[in-house]
Amino acid sequence: MAALTLGIALQRNLYAVVVLSGVYSFLMATALVALDAVDVAMTEASVGAGVSTVLLLGALYLCGGEEAKPLTRPWLPLVIALVIAGALVYGTLGLPAFSDPMAPIHTHVVPRYLHDALKETGVPNVVTAVLASYRGYDTLGETTVVFTAGAGVIALLRRIRRRKDGEQEAP
Amino acid sequence: MRGFLVLRVVAKLLMPFMLLFALYVQFHGDFSPGGGFQAGVIFAATVIFYALIFGLPAARQLVPEALVETMVALGVLVYAGVGVAGLLLGGNYLDYFVLAHSPVHGQERGIFWVEVGVAITVSGVMLKIFYMFAGRQRSAEDE
Repeated sequence: MAALTLGIALQRNLYAVVVLSGVYSFLMATALVALDAVDVAMTEASVGAGVSTVLLLGALYLCGGEEAKPLTRPWLPLVIALVIAGALVYGTLGLPAFSDPMAPIHTHVVPRYLHDALKETGVPNVVTAVLASYRGYDTLGETTVVFTAGAGVIALLRRIRRRKDGEQEAP
Repeated sequence: MRGFLVLRVVAKLLMPFMLLFALYVQFHGDFSPGGGFQAGVIFAATVIFYALIFGLPAARQLVPEALVETMVALGVLVYAGVGVAGLLLGGNYLDYFVLAHSPVHGQERGIFWVEVGVAITVSGVMLKIFYMFAGRQRSAEDE
């Protein structure tokens, strides 16, 4: 995956970038399956590798497939990115060890979910139970976010189309 | 894609199974991985697949634009409506225990309708975005 990321960053042909990011999504989905997060893996494979690849290809059809050469060497953003990456890696050092049973996340509400979800909701898939029932408000918010995204795309692209019809009055 | 006989036949063969898989992910999400979001995406992907092979006008005939725009809003309304139904039946907002005679059945029913709402909105938004991009592509071709 690191090699893929490097390839995406170095590649100038945007079609290759789209294909590489699709490959990246599939690898990510595989990693998530290995981590037993099948629900997330499914989403990653269908959205990341499937739908978004098609959408990106559609966008590339509209705007051409070659990335423009940058005018200046982007050293400052590189430094900022490296510093933030370093801070994040430093932050992970403070996290509990991987799959440590005594980590706070496993001792707070997770035991209740795992033990009582079937009894309380009648739904054997704990992920579904947590998403739709225990965290119902969050999922409602997420659905609203998706709705807002759709409404935003509709608003943006409709206006462009109308401007085109109106003989390019706006600059 | 008029001339690609193999693609068209294979697409027609595959589509029922893709739709069936979307429904399976939707309604079997209680027992196996999956749920509203994944099912909505798979449904949208099926229609996008159809549009890629048979062209956008055919897909627009299959799933009209007005229906898609209705779906975008309808899903959120279904989700919020489950909450309001809970309110009307005497519980808290998004409280599923009151939706059926026993709390566990109420939970199952609430989760079911909530997932339906998520699936409707997600597939509607995905399709709408695709239609928007692909529709602009076609107008760019016309010029």
